[in-house]
Order: sequence, then structure tokens, then C-alpha cells
Amino acid sequence: MKKLDRYGYVFIAPFWVVFLTFSIYPVLLTLYYSFTNYSGAEGEQIVGLANYTRLLGDSYFIEAFFNTIKIWGVNFALQIGGALMLALLFSDLQLKLKGLAFFRAFFYLPNLITISSVALLFGILLDWQHGSLNMMLLKVGLIDEPISWLTQPVTAQLSASLILTWMWFGHSFIVVMAGVSGISKDYFEAALIDGATRWQIFSRITLPLLKPILLYIMITSLIGGLQLFDLPMLLTDGLGSPDGALNTMVLYLYNQAFKYNNYGYAAAVAYGLFIITLVFSIVIFKGMFRKEQAEKKGA
Amino acid sequence: MEQNAEARRLVPQTEEPKRQLRRPEQPTPPAEKRAWFGKGVIYTGLIVLTIICFIPFLMMLTNATRSNEEVLSGFSLLPGTSLAENYAVLSDYVNIWSGFKNSLIISVLVTLLSGYFSALTAFGFAFYQFKGKNALFVFMLVMMMVPGQLGLIGFYELSKNLGLLDSFIPLIVPAIASPFVVFFVRQYIQTVMHPSLLEAARIDGASEWRIFHTIALPMMMPAIATMSIFTFIGSWNNYLMPLVLLFSPEKYTLPVLMGFLKGSQVAENLGSLYLGIAISVVPIMIAFLFLSKYIVSSISAGAVKE
Repeated sequence: MKKLDRYGYVFIAPFWVVFLTFSIYPVLLTLYYSFTNYSGAEGEQIVGLANYTRLLGDSYFIEAFFNTIKIWGVNFALQIGGALMLALLFSDLQLKLKGLAFFRAFFYLPNLITISSVALLFGILLDWQHGSLNMMLLKVGLIDEPISWLTQPVTAQLSASLILTWMWFGHSFIVVMAGVSGISKDYFEAALIDGATRWQIFSRITLPLLKPILLYIMITSLIGGLQLFDLPMLLTDGLGSPDGALNTMVLYLYNQAFKYNNYGYAAAVAYGLFIITLVFSIVIFKGMFRKEQAEKKGA
Repeated sequence: MEQNAEARRLVPQTEEPKRQLRRPEQPTPPAEKRAWFGKGVIYTGLIVLTIICFIPFLMMLTNATRSNEEVLSGFSLLPGTSLAENYAVLSDYVNIWSGFKNSLIISVLVTLLSGYFSALTAFGFAFYQFKGKNALFVFMLVMMMVPGQLGLIGFYELSKNLGLLDSFIPLIVPAIASPFVVFFVRQYIQTVMHPSLLEAARIDGASEWRIFHTIALPMMMPAIATMSIFTFIGSWNNYLMPLVLLFSPEKYTLPVLMGFLKGSQVAENLGSLYLGIAISVVPIMIAFLFLSKYIVSSISAGAVKE
């Protein structure tokens, strides 16, 4: 038996060889570069924390951070609100809505499409002069003049948020729906017999029981959102225009590294991004946890 | 809000009998009529939402069949007659099918490697006792939280030093180590496979490899299939890595080709550009038509398992 346990090492060996080579080593190498002025050619010099101090005072990076948060935040609020509402409608025992599979499939469809195709598509659909969206809105009479969606900072960010919402609300809906259907129907039936209103059922039963699922959606969405790249890269010129409104952190990282060859500095950007992601995840976890404790104490 | 306040007043238990008395009166005809009306509004809203989800694709499809002048001149949801011309212009500049082929090769190999080796690793972690097992597992879980971009620069340098730039290898081989899939499959196998099964097979004289291939692997298939969907979609949609690693247009994957399309001459003919996007999108839609139920249940399973 002891002898056979050695097979454990054999079976996990391929994983670890590849993992150490292609995951751990690059992460460490990036850490090393973040302390150097490496620019793609041999002979980099150690510069200590210079890249990191530069990062803290880099208005472009700070702007990119706030852009990313803004674009993600608006999208997340809309996405989760929509997903919750849809899930509540479809799980309502009194309404008994039909066609769940049909609607779900259509709501989810945008999520499956390659985001670069989506970005390219919206890039031309939202074009000021020749975009189909403006042409449609003009034809229907909703607007009198074409809106320049992608050339003004505010509308460009809003467009990005809405595109993300469009892509992701169906996914969130499926996940929330899975959570809602995991809740025993007995609770809802009992609440209905007791004469609870829809709002009471939602706020007292559904929402508290959904907390773990909502936490899951929020964390995964945030981690994905902080890494936003494809959409701003392909929606406009790849540099974050207009006025840097679509400059996200990963786009900044990419441009620093592969456009300007500032590999050392880009490595520091990567670690800055990592720390930000970590802090956000911890804050969300803690926030949820504290609320739960407060509730327990209150009860 | 008002309704809410009233509801809150109803909560104290002393009022319970009153509510129970009132309850049977509710399903009277007017209430039902109101519910029917409400349902109509809800269905209308849902259909509007469905249209919003689909209309960009519809615009894409119709514009793909219209000439550049037609697209520029106005909006229409009626198809045009320039599909062949648009395709001719498109294929003059880019070979979109080669992007398709490349994406397919990479995604299929990634999915297979990730599925097989994750199962192997999960099996090793689940059924063997060896030194450092728990530490390794925890380390793997911690590394799971690290976003992919963190190692991007190091990964690029590594590929450069290994002479692997502009090749598919750095896009495929790393799939052997997919921590999340390992984690998911291990959780699954521990619930469905009892260690006594392993013992029984050993007594019957099966080798460890044989046990893995003929007993464990088939049992893990549902979990592997679930994860494979995500692995495939993730790999198919991956843009940043191939963008950084691939230089020759004939090796471009579909997402990179989309970016290439944007900067190329094709972009001057909007009909062709729409067609290029449509070609990248339509096969996914067709696949989704057949797989939607399966994909939806995988998403649900992946989320609830956590």
C-alpha cells in the first residue's frame, strides 16, 4: 500500500512540471522585471522600487484604475439588478411564467460570442455617422441628431458599460436562477400561506439565502472586470481614446509593454493590478462576512 | 414603499389569525384579471429584452449582405444582395477560415489536455497519501486566485527564450496545468468514488494506470465535461495571449484576426467588415442552438458547486 502511494507523485507530476514552468516561473520573472528597467534587450539594470514609486504617481495609471472601476461598476449594478429581477419573475410561484429555456438562451447568447467580435461589431454599430444604431434611432425618431457614442468620454464609458451588461446579464441570470432554484420551495409556499408580500419574500427569504451566490458573481465579475482589455482595445483605437476614457489597467499594461517596450514598468503595473484585485476581493469578503455577523448579533 | 410599510406591520405574530382569515378571499376574479394583465406586461418586457439581445446580431447579418454604399446610406433590417461581393473583398485581404482553423486546433487541444491531465492530477490528489500533499493542494488553490495578466510579461520572455514565439505551443501546453479544473474534478470524484472501489480493483490485479483509465476517468467524465465547456469557450475567446505571442497573420486565431481586420483595408468596405464579424459569430450561434441546454446546466453546476 505504501508503495502504491508513490503513484500519487507520478499522477500529479505532469501538472506540477507545467505549472511551475508556465505559471509560477513567469509570475516570479515578472516580479523580477518589475524591479528593473528592462526594455526588451539584454542588460537590464536593477532600479529598486523606482517602477513602483512611478506607478503611485502615474496619473495615467490612476485614471485607468478609475475608468476600469467606473465601467465595471455601472455594468455590474445593471447586470446584477437585471439578473435578480429576471430570476425573481421566473421563480415566482404565482406568476408561473413560461418559456424560461427560450428566454434564457437568448439572454445568454451575447456572452458566448468572442468579445473581440463584439467589440468590433459595436465599434461600427455605434459609429457616429455611419453606425446602424444612430441610423435606427434617427429613423424611429428617438433622436434628432446622431449621438457620437464613442468620441466623448462619458458616452464612451457608458457604451462600454452597457456592452458589458449586454454580454453578461444573461450569465448572471443563469447563476442567480440556479441559486434561486436551490432554495426549497417550502419556504416560498410557507411564506405565501402566511400572507407575505412579494417584497417580503424577496428581502427576507430569497436575498439572504442567495448571498453566497451573489458573492460568487461579484468576485468573479470584479476580477474579470479589473482585467478588462479586449473591449477597450478593439472598440476604439487601442490606446484608450477618447481622452483616455477607455484606458483600462490591462490596456495600459499591454501598451506599456508591447507598444513602448517598457517591460520593467509594465511588470510593476501588473503587480499593482494584482494588489488592487486582492484588496478588492478581501474587502468584498469581509463586507459580506461582517454583515452576516451583525445580523446574527441583532437576532 | 407603502406596500412595504404595510407588510412590515403585518409581521408581528399576534396578527396571524387575521391574515389567515383574509387569505381565502384573495383569488377572486378581479385579482386574477390583474395578474393576467401583469403577466402581459412582463412578457412584453421579456420579448423587448430578447430583441435587444438579438438586434445587434440582426444588424450584423443584414449589413453583411449589403454593399458599402447601402450600409453608409441608411439603416435597414432587410437583407441586400451584395453577399458575394463582400465575401470577395474580404477574402482578398484576410483568410478568415484559417483563423477559424487555428482557433479550433488550439481550443480542441487545450480542452483535451486540460481535461485529461486535470483528471489525472485530481485522481492523484484524491486517492493517494503522500508527503506534502495538502501543502501542494493549498498552494495550488492560492495560485488559482492569481489573475493571468500577472505573469504576462514573464510568460512572453519565457516563450521568447525557449524560441516558442509565433507558435501554438505556449498557447496549448500550459493547459496541462489548470488548477481550477483540478479542484473541481477532485471535489467531484471524492463524492462519487469510494476508495474501496480502488481496493477491489487492486485485488483483482489491475495496475494503477489501468485503474485510472478504466475506472476513475469514466467516473469523472461528467465533471470533466462541465469544465471542458468553460475551457473551450475560454480558449476560443482568448485574445490577449495570442495577440502577444503570434506575429504571422496565417497563424492568427479568430479573435486576433478580428483586430487585424479592423486595421486592414477591409475596414473601408463596411459590408465586408460586417461579413467578417458575422463569419466569426454565426458558427458559435449554430453550436449554441444545439448545446444551449447543456451549457446552461454547466454554468449552474459550476456556480452552485462553489
